[in-house]
Amino acid sequence: MALSNIFDIAGSGMSAESVRLNTVASNLANADSVSNSPQSAYKARYPVFQAVQDSLTAGTGPNGAADASVKVQGIVQSTTPGTASYDPGNPLADANGYVYSSNVNVVEQMADMISASRSYQNDADVLNTSKQLMLDTLKLGQS
Amino acid sequence: MSVNLDSYLGIQPDALEVYSQRADVLAANLANADTPGYQAKDIDFRAALAAAGQNQDPGAPGASGGGLQPETTSPDDLTASPAQGGVSTEQYLKYRVPLAPSLDGNTVDSQMEEGAFAQNNVRYEASLTFLEERFGDLNTVISD
Repeated sequence: MALSNIFDIAGSGMSAESVRLNTVASNLANADSVSNSPQSAYKARYPVFQAVQDSLTAGTGPNGAADASVKVQGIVQSTTPGTASYDPGNPLADANGYVYSSNVNVVEQMADMISASRSYQNDADVLNTSKQLMLDTLKLGQS
Repeated sequence: MSVNLDSYLGIQPDALEVYSQRADVLAANLANADTPGYQAKDIDFRAALAAAGQNQDPGAPGASGGGLQPETTSPDDLTASPAQGGVSTEQYLKYRVPLAPSLDGNTVDSQMEEGAFAQNNVRYEASLTFLEERFGDLNTVISD
């Protein structure tokens, strides 16, 4: 537990948020992808965040560990059904002339993107400020 | 006459330590702003600093004077203050009372944490300035 731990904590937060931004980018890029069956249609992906107790004395309750970094536990796919649309001219259309689009909700993805980038900015800000404090502490008594 | 550097610097080094640990806790809160089920924490600063101040004063009741103590064999020997094992704030960690808990069980309010972090940093800088002036005074005494 010290100021230097902040680099690990904020760093883990930034890496987790960048994974989230990555999934948003992937989801937005595939928002208009179509497929010839509902199973193979693109499903929106979401990262699952989990707090990691870094301290060796980690226990339960508030006194467990102060310094909890964050990690991406895994990526889950949305189970919301996508929409089927009639488009017989599409080369991917099935026997009945339907194509199946992804279940990506673009508006939701945009909101997620803003949230992720704000959190990333917060972490970067924390990192920068801590760095400045450490530099000031190093210069203590030198002036 | 000897100057005890620990008492000369006063509470500021301990305050600095508690501030840095609080910054740690607040950074963890911010990093976990999007983690489902994460509960925001903070340090009970008043209690932590009070305990740190007690730790610093060797004669105070409840001061932890662990470790080996050097013996003074002559009245001219410097008296040693008990070894200070740093400031431990683990027992002063408290869960934050959420203002608006979210559906996923996360109780981090990013704006509030940012504010607390900024405030904490300003106070850290203030403590640093105090220490700086203390060292400056000491320098003046030494060089004059």
